[in-house]
Amino acid sequence: MLEVSHISKAFGGVRASRDVSLVVPEGKITSLIGPNGAGKTTLFAQITGFLKPDSGSIRFLGQDITGISPEEIAERGMIRTFQVVQPFAGQSVRENIAVGAHLRIRSRREALAKAEEVAIEVGLGDRLDMDAASLTVAGRKRLEVARALATDPKLILFDEVLAGLNPSEIRDVIPVILKLKERGITILLIEHVMQAVMSLSEYTWVLNQGALIAEGVPKDVVSDPQVIEAYLGKGMAERIAQRAKSNG
Amino acid sequence: MRTLSLLAVIFAGLAVVPFVLVSDVWMNLAILILYSALLGQAWNMLGGFGGQFSFGHAAFFGTGAYTVAVLQVQFGVNPWIGLVAGGLAAVVVAAIIGYSTFRYGLRGSYFALVTLAFAEVLRILSNSVEITGAGVGILIPLEQTASNLQFADKASYYWILWAMALAAFLVAWWMGNSRFGAQLMAVRDNEDAARALGVRAYGVKMRAIMLSGFFSGLGGVFYAQYFLYLDPHIAYGSSISIESLLVPIIGGIGTLFGPLLGAVVLHGISEVSRDLIGDVPGISLVLYGTLLVIMVLFMPRGLAGLFALGRGKAKKTPEKSSDKTSGATGEAANA
Amino acid sequence: MPDLAIIIPSVLNGLTTGALYALVALGLTLIYGVLHIINFAHGALLMLGLYAVFYLNTRFGIDPYVCLVIVPPAMFALGYALQRGIIGRAGHGRDENILLVTLGLSIVIENLSLFFFKSDTRIIDTPYSFEVVEIFGAFLPQPKVIAFVGAFITAGLLWLLMSRTDLGRAIRALAKERKGATLVGINAEHVFAMSFGLGIACLGVAACLLMPSYYVNPQVGQGFVLIAFTVVVLGGMGSFVGALIGGLFIGVVEALSGLFLGESLGQIGIFAIFILVLIFRPSGLLGHKV
Repeated sequence: MLEVSHISKAFGGVRASRDVSLVVPEGKITSLIGPNGAGKTTLFAQITGFLKPDSGSIRFLGQDITGISPEEIAERGMIRTFQVVQPFAGQSVRENIAVGAHLRIRSRREALAKAEEVAIEVGLGDRLDMDAASLTVAGRKRLEVARALATDPKLILFDEVLAGLNPSEIRDVIPVILKLKERGITILLIEHVMQAVMSLSEYTWVLNQGALIAEGVPKDVVSDPQVIEAYLGKGMAERIAQRAKSNG
Repeated sequence: MRTLSLLAVIFAGLAVVPFVLVSDVWMNLAILILYSALLGQAWNMLGGFGGQFSFGHAAFFGTGAYTVAVLQVQFGVNPWIGLVAGGLAAVVVAAIIGYSTFRYGLRGSYFALVTLAFAEVLRILSNSVEITGAGVGILIPLEQTASNLQFADKASYYWILWAMALAAFLVAWWMGNSRFGAQLMAVRDNEDAARALGVRAYGVKMRAIMLSGFFSGLGGVFYAQYFLYLDPHIAYGSSISIESLLVPIIGGIGTLFGPLLGAVVLHGISEVSRDLIGDVPGISLVLYGTLLVIMVLFMPRGLAGLFALGRGKAKKTPEKSSDKTSGATGEAANA
Repeated sequence: MPDLAIIIPSVLNGLTTGALYALVALGLTLIYGVLHIINFAHGALLMLGLYAVFYLNTRFGIDPYVCLVIVPPAMFALGYALQRGIIGRAGHGRDENILLVTLGLSIVIENLSLFFFKSDTRIIDTPYSFEVVEIFGAFLPQPKVIAFVGAFITAGLLWLLMSRTDLGRAIRALAKERKGATLVGINAEHVFAMSFGLGIACLGVAACLLMPSYYVNPQVGQGFVLIAFTVVVLGGMGSFVGALIGGLFIGVVEALSGLFLGESLGQIGIFAIFILVLIFRPSGLLGHKV
């Protein structure tokens, strides 16, 4: 569905993406993990047209989308969310979601109706007329999901949709994401917190210092020594392995 | 629909004003108010709904005014045709300014300053070329016939203006109730988030500046036909730009009725001050400036913010969310 | 094509005018660099400074250059009060609000001046008003040469203040890292107001140096506003050296375009530069993202 091939991007001397290639399969939940500053968000920004890669190409639904604008990419059915959730402050939850709905719906009334429908689906049905700026963090994350969903997307890229939520809030949001998958929407998650995506995603890529260092099903990936070192620092993999041995 | 009905009632009321106010002095005031409301609503389309604060709306106003005047005086073109041409010429100027700013991602204060610079460039040009009468200005010959878009009575001018203002307010209403308006406001509130949802930010802003320019240009046409004289300072000077932004800021930017409210308050204040203090030069401008400072300091949402007029506003109460409470119990359960 | 005998004096004249633009722009760039706000009232405040020099000279016979010990400190106090009392409270998170509030202030200041000082254009008469200095065969008015030198001295003093004093260090810290600076105990509001005051004090210096060769009326500041912005944008927002070079450059551009295009069209060159620079090289020349 989405093919990223050999993407590289540098800011001055910092190489934010180094020859990254990955293929997101249709209909699945996949994820991209990595420690802070690994270049996950930069990669997302390149895939969704907010940044132009220095080299490499991106294909979506079989077509080359490298270098086209974010709005055009959204029209083709790929929607991203933002790590720092950015509601249209001063507008109601309903109005916020309707902006997404308007991508496919011209009529204001129908877009508002659709917004209401989507809001109920993600659990914001009771807060439709509230100013989006006064939502809690968890509420804003739901709003972000709702706005994306309202565009009838084929693929949603979630940038740390679970970050900043407490465990019970995470448990509340996970079914919402699973429901999206049931509707046939492909999902790519960026997460910093590994545990959160373990239960959700079927396949995961690990990014460190701009380059992919591992990929596979999550339970294999997290025991990969390279991944552990990337997260916890040099030598940790060995120590953990030793401790496992002595305990076992 | 409720706001549309209110709009209809207000404009119906405004339509009969000439039958009520028979004195020329009062009619003059009514014309000035409606004229300010038109300019203010034009600014509001871009500044209020679009969040792009222009400091140079005189660029559109002056272009509309000069177009109708120059076409008449230099080329003998009928001012009714000039009226349309004036609006369209302002749209062209708007498109040029919009292209050269939005294309290159100019926002905020920089957009404001560049619009101001454009207006200054036009002022200097109109001050330097023959066709506009240069610094001397241009005088439209008096010939008070309807076919010449000049009238002996104020009421006829008033109704022309009323029609222009009605059109502007209908467009503003449409902005508050359409996909275009929703997308424009989304861009205003967060451009990146809007683009991520497929809103074509550049195109939306271009449409907004062109609509805004059109109505500002119509205001210029009206001015030219009403006062029959223009010079570079009147047409492209900063006072028009300031009036255009002051009116909606006082009334409430991004609201349908804000510009009308602002226009009433502004002219009300200058009338009252004239009665109290007398005709001191610059005194109403001192009051305007003070009002601008006070509004920005204490009432950034304008007077309409007090009444929540014309914008079915979202409740401001913070969320007493179930997420929070469930979160607390959730954590307790985890511990 | 006019020959060099016309161009050289024109360029020299442009340089001296440009130095005055640089002086006005120094204050603007300082304020921008620290507070990240655009002070639209800059021209109106310059006008107030010019009136101060005018009245000190005509009422009390104080030489404009002696006014340098009176007007800049007074302007500093005014700037401090304005920032602390009004401008600092107007942002509400949008930089356009600062622009609006300073626009409001400039309207008030200009029209109050119109009321108190009347609309007449005034000049002062000093023994050296018509003295000239010969440089490269061109005759330049002495006050303009003094202003030229004064601009460099002012820029140098500002640089010293910023790099060698505690206040300068606090200002720089705040400009760079607002949160961090507050955490280490810098009183942000006070330092912001000090910076704004300094920027306005620069206008006081400019007024003292400008008045002997210039004039004053309530609208005089308007002409300086966009020019000063152009200088600041051209030289890089927040850069003193940039303001100096930008000012001189704009002065020369104005003089030459006046020479070739005529007096009234001449100013178009400046605005064209302003628009083009903002559109095409904002990040490069501003040194930060617009």
